[in-house]
Amino acid sequence: MKDLYNVSASPHTFDYESTTSIMRDVIIALIPASVFGIYNFGLKALLMILTCIVACILTEYLYQKGMKLPLTTGDLSAVVTGLLLGLNMPVGAPLWMGAVGSIFAILVVKMLFGGIGQNFMNPALGGRVFLVISFGKIMADFTVPNLGISSPAITDYIAHGALAVDGITGATPLTSLKAGGSVDILNMFLGNTGGTIGETSAFALLIGGVYLLIRKVINWRIPVAYLLSFLAFMAIFGGKGFDVNFLGAHLFGGGLMIGAWFMATDYTTSPISSTGRLLYGLMLGIMTGVFRVFGNTAEGVSFAIIFCNLFVPLIDKYVRPRSFGKGVEAYE
Amino acid sequence: MSDNVKQKNKYMKPLINGLIHENPTFVLMLGMCPTLAVTTSASNALGMGLSTALVLIASNIMISLLRKVIPDTVRMPAYIVIVASFVTVVQFLLEAFVPSLHESLGIYIPLIVVNCIILGRAEAFASRNSVGESLMDGIGMGIGFTVGLLAIGIVRELIGKGTIFDFTIMPDAYEPFNIFVLAPGAFFVLSGLTALQNKLKLKSATNVSYNNSDGSCSGDCASCGASVSEAKKED
Repeated sequence: MKDLYNVSASPHTFDYESTTSIMRDVIIALIPASVFGIYNFGLKALLMILTCIVACILTEYLYQKGMKLPLTTGDLSAVVTGLLLGLNMPVGAPLWMGAVGSIFAILVVKMLFGGIGQNFMNPALGGRVFLVISFGKIMADFTVPNLGISSPAITDYIAHGALAVDGITGATPLTSLKAGGSVDILNMFLGNTGGTIGETSAFALLIGGVYLLIRKVINWRIPVAYLLSFLAFMAIFGGKGFDVNFLGAHLFGGGLMIGAWFMATDYTTSPISSTGRLLYGLMLGIMTGVFRVFGNTAEGVSFAIIFCNLFVPLIDKYVRPRSFGKGVEAYE
Repeated sequence: MSDNVKQKNKYMKPLINGLIHENPTFVLMLGMCPTLAVTTSASNALGMGLSTALVLIASNIMISLLRKVIPDTVRMPAYIVIVASFVTVVQFLLEAFVPSLHESLGIYIPLIVVNCIILGRAEAFASRNSVGESLMDGIGMGIGFTVGLLAIGIVRELIGKGTIFDFTIMPDAYEPFNIFVLAPGAFFVLSGLTALQNKLKLKSATNVSYNNSDGSCSGDCASCGASVSEAKKED
């Protein structure tokens, strides 16, 4: 009887999800892409990813120690930032560059704005764009060193890195596409192409994205609205009409997959309402298309996501879900 | 003797004021447009700072001389005409003698006309004080502005290009952070230097007590914010 009439204040439902469990799910979802990146680009890729993760955790720890703030390094969010940044680095970049990007991502983009939940743009993307603007040449150089090993053995793998890739040249598929060349979509889907460590394999990224959807860590609205509006934009303004090869190459090329599933869905920097998420995805698709078609560079996902991050507070302000019971006509 | 000291103080005070207590760049935060836009290198910053200082000194003297002649109702157009004349002179001088600097400063030289520091000092100081004091105020503010720009320019050039005044400082292995010579770098460096200044509690308007007797903004936002929240609590 007592249990039945227990009166308590809301919230009445409780979920065991926490920041740590969400971040753990994101890390698990990124494992296929990371493993493929390391397999594809060699041990240097592993070192780069580890450098970024360690630098992110250290920066957050030292900042919070120094500023006498409660430590939040245990919630794994810094690990996710480091992992995402590592996956967004070209394998040829020196390791210190990954560390610098990590420090910028955590210190400037995340901690100076108040730590987890307060950052106005995705920290990993902030770090990446900082590096792209600072060291444009190195960050756009996707040449993999020591290619063309004829009989790969595990010792070669350790010594030279990269044995899976045969056809990698300096240019990414999007770069050659922009220059008017043609690309092999199947290779792009599987990931046997040039690019940053984690972005090449659309297949591995999709596995992670589906895992996040099943675990209900992310909502389908942002990635689906993003990808569909991007495809629509490319079909209209891409200059090739409804060309499956062209559209597929743009869909699987560059950072679109990792951006749509892992970066754009970042909780802090995406809208909270369903309509807002659709609107945000639509904006992302259009901006990415604008950057890719009309921009100077072949890639525009990072800039598009950061640009749309700035609109999230505005979207949240004007697109609000109707409160329960409000604004409905009463039944006659 | 004491009269002499007083006389000296009268001229030293505006000078020190402009250099430190009311440094236009780091304390008053005035003239941010050239501060952020043309401090891409130490030489650009120095050129901009000195040009502005020259215009400031000259216009301060001229406005102080004419302060009893200019009618109050049309003082702004009058100031603008005076400032614009000196800017034109400076622009032609730069174009004639240092064309490369003129080239790299570009539109920001004509824009000195609408620089807040110059009009601000004309309105707040030169129009109310004697020629001598206005001269010292112009020198203090002008040099304070130049020092501020130079500080930002040196840091940006050092990090963004690895050089200072085009002399290579950093070792060859240093990979310059290109972002620091672009627009974002200006904000990073300005905020960094201002934070440093606040951290060291340098004697400046940002670090004085907020209890100003005249009730004006002291610039000490941190303690001012605290007082606002205290006031809210009392409500």
